[in-house]
Amino acid sequence: MNGIKFLFAAYIATWFIHGAYLTHLVRSFKRLRDELREMEKK
Amino acid sequence: MKRVFSILSFLTAVLLVYGLYQALVAAPTEQTMGDVQRIFYYHVPSAWTAFCLFFTNLFASIAYLIWKNPKADALAVASAEVGVVFCTIVLITGPIWARPVWGIWWTWDIRLTTTLVLWLIYVAYLVLRRFSDTAQTPVLAAVLAIFGALDVPLVYFSIWFFRTQHPQPVMGKGGSLAPPMLYAFLMNLLAFTLFGIMVCWSRYRLELLRREVEAAHAMESLVGAETSAKASLPLSRSVR
Repeated sequence: MNGIKFLFAAYIATWFIHGAYLTHLVRSFKRLRDELREMEKK
Repeated sequence: MKRVFSILSFLTAVLLVYGLYQALVAAPTEQTMGDVQRIFYYHVPSAWTAFCLFFTNLFASIAYLIWKNPKADALAVASAEVGVVFCTIVLITGPIWARPVWGIWWTWDIRLTTTLVLWLIYVAYLVLRRFSDTAQTPVLAAVLAIFGALDVPLVYFSIWFFRTQHPQPVMGKGGSLAPPMLYAFLMNLLAFTLFGIMVCWSRYRLELLRREVEAAHAMESLVGAETSAKASLPLSRSVR
């Protein structure tokens, strides 16, 4: 049974999902910090 | 605290790389399934981490219901969201493993179905948190979280109590692993647990920051309303 393509599909899917979620977290952090800084300036 | 976070993040990254090496290179190839069995080193730790996060969500929800502590509510939101991410990985890697081994992507087996139901319950929880903005939302969500957590033991024990296609547990009752495979599995279990904690911690900090910004916006609009009320007061008096 040659499952190598399934193996790589599973590992790539796992890291793609984690990568996308971490990127979303970092962007949200940045957006909120900028928003807070803008309000402090006012 | 920032220093502890940085050290733990670095340790997690090292463990994840080491776990990947163990899973893809060091662990021996399983005789019947071949390389596709290596999906197990990611699938099971992801499921374990999701369960831990859903239990965290349960305890945080109970704590919120008892003490009405907003930090407990923030932890409940964070753990549910990160738990859904890990549970999504379980639901994706499972069928990818099943296709070459069982010959099908999905079957309405008790383990698979209860896992899908678990995922749907927590997605419903997140939808509730996202789109409902009343004062009662955290209470309703906490109650939903308690019902959702009841599905976790059902998912875990389903393979013992019901006839199922899903493989039996590899540790404890029902199965055993060769020592190098067990080592690779435990390394990934540790790495994923730590990774789950770190992501949940980050999401918790984000939730606190989001609430801080929300409170600042509310304060700003309150101050704005007061200022405009004061500015319009002499005008309204002069009109009279």
